[in-house]
Amino acid sequence: MRTYVVKRLIQLIPVLLGITFLSFAMMRIAGSDAITELYGDKGAVAQEIVDAKRAELGLDRPFLTQYVSWLGGLLTGDMGKSYVSGRDVFQTFVSKLPATLLLTALSILLTVIISIPLGVLAAVNHDRLIDYALRVLSFIGNSLPNFFVALLLMQLLAIRWKLLPVLSSGTGLKSAVMPTLTLAIAMSAKYMRQVRATVLEELNKEYVAGAKARGIRDRVILWRSVLKSSMLTIITLLALSVGSLLGGTAIIESIFMWDGVGKLAVDAITLRDYPIIQAYVVWMAVIYVLVNLITDLLYHALDPRIRLGVSRE
Amino acid sequence: MSEPTVRIQKVRRDTLKIRLIVFGTLAALLLIGSIFSEHLTPYDPYLQDLMNTKAPPSAEHPFGTDRYGRDMLSRVIVGSRTSIFSTLLLVTIITVTGTVVGVFCGWHGKWTDTLLMRISDMFLAFPGLVFALAVAGVLGGGLHNAIIALAAISWPKYARIARSQTLAQKETAWMKAVKLSGSGTGKIILKHILPNIIGPILVTSMLDIGTMMMELAGLSFLGLGAKPPTAEWGSMMSDTRSLLATAPWVTLAPGVAIFVSVMIFNLLGDTVRDWADPKMRGR
Repeated sequence: MRTYVVKRLIQLIPVLLGITFLSFAMMRIAGSDAITELYGDKGAVAQEIVDAKRAELGLDRPFLTQYVSWLGGLLTGDMGKSYVSGRDVFQTFVSKLPATLLLTALSILLTVIISIPLGVLAAVNHDRLIDYALRVLSFIGNSLPNFFVALLLMQLLAIRWKLLPVLSSGTGLKSAVMPTLTLAIAMSAKYMRQVRATVLEELNKEYVAGAKARGIRDRVILWRSVLKSSMLTIITLLALSVGSLLGGTAIIESIFMWDGVGKLAVDAITLRDYPIIQAYVVWMAVIYVLVNLITDLLYHALDPRIRLGVSRE
Repeated sequence: MSEPTVRIQKVRRDTLKIRLIVFGTLAALLLIGSIFSEHLTPYDPYLQDLMNTKAPPSAEHPFGTDRYGRDMLSRVIVGSRTSIFSTLLLVTIITVTGTVVGVFCGWHGKWTDTLLMRISDMFLAFPGLVFALAVAGVLGGGLHNAIIALAAISWPKYARIARSQTLAQKETAWMKAVKLSGSGTGKIILKHILPNIIGPILVTSMLDIGTMMMELAGLSFLGLGAKPPTAEWGSMMSDTRSLLATAPWVTLAPGVAIFVSVMIFNLLGDTVRDWADPKMRGR
């Protein structure tokens, strides 16, 4: 087991190297950097000032040198300083990360609460009215852009019915309702379909027919056998959707002024604050790959077939 | 196969045909409508009517008017061209790029295959939209850059499909016959491999249109895609966000347009997939 974890962690390295290298390269190719952004709207600025600032930020050095020194810093937890605010990027991220993780966790929780029961319900009532209704619902949810859902909720819940504050004030639970709901609606629509398909496949297996023939009640078959064995696939699919969730949080956080890393990144993008954009990409990659690793480990722990297969190696 | 099964299959095939015709027509109407959008608007989308600003939806203005009294329905119709055609351009780019890379990798093999597939692995092992945000942010706003950003993260899926399909074709006996008959590589790929692998690839692109449209609109909404005065649904929504409290129809009308178009393309995509692969039906 331990060798497996180590192997997976090592596999993370080329992915991170590649992603950081690509984004780093693009920032240089793009041409305009933080200096042009910084002084662009201030009219003519003496070349000496520009050069001095450039040297201070290390932007005058060759590309590879910049990349290697940034990478070296990354290993010691130093991600440079924000071009705009001058604050330490690592510290800024660590302070904003809990808000994003809270939002992500709440959305996943809500997604599970909504989509697993509905997905199972649809599968059990296969091709009946309720199944069709749920399929239509999930189809609609899949076709709604999340920023549209966000604005719709804002208009209804906050402006028309005045149930909730329009924008987040801090990261309290009340401000979390709308962003969580927005993210969970999109995710549930996708996920409900997958749960339904998984349970349906399991229900069509021969052992279910066998159990029925032996007179075991449907409810017992469903809860004891079908759901238990579907759970594995369901967990994996959930983990796979974390990736799209992480991307989605950026838009949703900036709509609701939720003070997490997504909003930080979007703000940094408008200001061309490269160290922050860079850090955002790295953090998201690390979180995503770690979530996938944990899922894999969970899978191993839950499924005796895989567990035995691994120990035999 | 018993007789009833055959009949059920025929009925299903018939409903599928009807679905294909209905959704195909809707999508075609959407496309044609967006090509001639400028001639279809009931009012001049840029004509201001300051006596009639922020008017709620009515028979005269079905989507109401914005803060300058411009007819929202006309503005949404005009926005369709950018929104729909940039999406189609994006899907075309990723389909072609992915297919070219995939066929090349599958056919040629060796180190180029390893290298390109490792690169595509890297993209697949990473939340795409996060990277697209970073790319669009780095390149700066603008519709072109948003398309580049989304294309950069979306081609690997197509490369994977094209590669595995090409590999499967390469192993067939008739491919040996084709080679023995003395056809050149270019002819084999264009005339024999491509027609046989294009089905699954096109189905994937059809299914991707809706998602791509939403992601492109999302980038525009963040100010990283089309920018005013270019009429585009995502940027129209972010542009008028401050009116959400006083004139919500101005903000929400383009959203409804995105939703309806995405839905039409998704319905068409699902139908085409069912048509191509009956086993997947009802999933």
